[in-house]
Amino acid sequence: MITSLQRRKRAALAVTSAGLVAALIAGCGGTTKGSDAASDSGGSGTEKTADPNAPIKEGLKIAFLPKEIDNPYENIVDKGGIAAVEELKGTGKEVGPSDASASSQVSYINTLVQQNQDAIVIAANDPNAVAPALKDAMDKGIAVVSYDSDAAVDARQVFVNQADSEDIGRSQIKMVSEQIGGKGKIAILSATPNATNQNTWIEYMKDELTKPEYKDIQLVKVAYGDDDDQKSFQETQALLKSIPDLKAIVSPTTVGISAAARYISSSPYKGKVVLTGLGTPNQMRQFVKDGTVKEFALWDPEQLGYLAGYAAAALASGQITGKEGEVLKAGELGERTIGKNGEIILGPPTVFNADNIDDYNF
Amino acid sequence: MREKLFRWESILVLLCVAVFAWGSASTPGFAEADNVSFLLLDYTEVALLALALLPIILTGQIDLSVASIIGFCSALTGVLWNAGMPFETIVPIVLVAGAVLGSLNAALIVRFGLPALAVTIGTLGLYRGLAYVVLGDGAVTGFPENYRPIAADNLGGTFLPYATLLVLIVGVLVAVVVHHTPVGRSLYAIGLGEQTARFSGIRVDRIKFTLYIVSGVLCAIASLIYTLRYNSARADNAYGMELIAVAAVLLGGVSIFGGRGTVFGVASALLLMAGLRNVLFLNDVTNEIQNVINGLLLIVSVLVPVVANLIRRRRNPAPAAEPGPPPQETLPDPVGATAAHGTPEEDQR
Repeated sequence: MITSLQRRKRAALAVTSAGLVAALIAGCGGTTKGSDAASDSGGSGTEKTADPNAPIKEGLKIAFLPKEIDNPYENIVDKGGIAAVEELKGTGKEVGPSDASASSQVSYINTLVQQNQDAIVIAANDPNAVAPALKDAMDKGIAVVSYDSDAAVDARQVFVNQADSEDIGRSQIKMVSEQIGGKGKIAILSATPNATNQNTWIEYMKDELTKPEYKDIQLVKVAYGDDDDQKSFQETQALLKSIPDLKAIVSPTTVGISAAARYISSSPYKGKVVLTGLGTPNQMRQFVKDGTVKEFALWDPEQLGYLAGYAAAALASGQITGKEGEVLKAGELGERTIGKNGEIILGPPTVFNADNIDDYNF
Repeated sequence: MREKLFRWESILVLLCVAVFAWGSASTPGFAEADNVSFLLLDYTEVALLALALLPIILTGQIDLSVASIIGFCSALTGVLWNAGMPFETIVPIVLVAGAVLGSLNAALIVRFGLPALAVTIGTLGLYRGLAYVVLGDGAVTGFPENYRPIAADNLGGTFLPYATLLVLIVGVLVAVVVHHTPVGRSLYAIGLGEQTARFSGIRVDRIKFTLYIVSGVLCAIASLIYTLRYNSARADNAYGMELIAVAAVLLGGVSIFGGRGTVFGVASALLLMAGLRNVLFLNDVTNEIQNVINGLLLIVSVLVPVVANLIRRRRNPAPAAEPGPPPQETLPDPVGATAAHGTPEEDQR
């Protein structure tokens, strides 16, 4: 009895004092969201001017930091990047965490700073969590390039983007139109209903369809396979059953297109219904060879890394600073102009078909 | 027993010295103020969790929900900040939230007498899940710049981060309580035999209850540092950190069955792990290999006392006399530091 009374008293005391402390602290005028936004304007790095004729320095040390070290897609990107660095007589390496959690890249960034790397090329897991460390790196004169997944805009100099969304969307319609002779019903097999990139692409696809040259093509349905192999497989089946005169399926997701191809290749629709979209050559090779799929597209990840490698070297050598309008000379890829917010675009996706698919391995 | 303990701690200190000497000699960029700051900062949260876990493990219990409490508190910080609440109000709320989560653990373990391992594996999932319920899988950022230095900057011009200073203060407090107070002696007594401790008048339940609440609050502090340091509140913050913290405690020579271990040992283990991680990172050793090395170290730390005991028994086949054999009978001591120290926990018995 006594103890329970004591306990209650103690609990009451604890709660009151906690409340008091809270009230006291809160009373001292608070720092709320946005209230100190003005103080955040300190520019990162020193204002340098680009010298487009500066030679690329030899012996540059450039590190590639993927989301996680076992991400096969980013491994290929980094392979392309390291090849670019070696082409420029520098040394490239790939390091990274074994998990894609928000903050695990920060230790790596700090390590790369200590190792006096000349440039860091990163696919950010969390654009904000890596920002303070990347800003520190830039303050110490290290060039920072992001690729695939951008970091906060003020925490890197250049973002190398695979392709712009508009290009991807519009090129999908062009590709499907060529294959069905510009006429007939088509359907889209997407990932999840709220995937930002998918929805942006689909918007551009719809917009492209309003052009007069596509007036005979009707988009009859957008199905969602949730980037799940089984669900995508079933959605394909349902699309073909419910729309008997369907001419083509466009699946702008690697999971969707390969599941759809698997269904179609063993169904009577093989060779009658066109399938295209975004896929990887390794996943799609057998379906291109057996005639299920004629053409599909994807940006070439090795080229993405190659471009990022060149961007990093150019930044570290002072050829570019990341300002809009500067021109990046990117070896065998030619030249790229830096767009808004330091964005460099690789270009339209590569189209794969029976003629070239064996040249790619990813 | 005393000699055994000190022998392991001496080994830890030697290993620390070896790692730091090796790093300075072989690895450019290691022995620089900036790097030492990184190295210390990188282990701030792990150190706080280890200090929360140490007293709990001394009593033979465990708390595996620590990292999930960080996740929840971080998510809560994000949601409240997004809602426009002043950061000064969020701090006490988050601390109270940590205490509440800790006391939920305590209630299940102490009141219902459930095994701590099962309960905290459960709350490990539960609290992490709640973190996602609160914040979803997005991230909140833009925390006040004027508070960020507390989590990320150094004490005026030195290499010592404020956060490490905080860890040191908490460490000293824990050391004082554990090694120099009756409550501290009770922890060892509970760890050596809960029934006996109960019969000798130690208020076992009350102590255990308090330990879990303190653990919750320390996790909340760690979450605030984590959130500010990365300027990012997310539900997956500190994911998996509980295992690193438990490893640090065990590597520090604390018995998982309770009743044995010191703050000094855990502090040495933390420094060793932080230093080793940093040197390996600078030498581009992959995470997988680092995990292998840490795993081996941990196994060695558990193995050494057992092997030492076996050797001693073989040398001295008399029926196991619990209070260790006289000092001159023990194995050669690497630093000869064993003799002088009297550990308070030994006085208990």
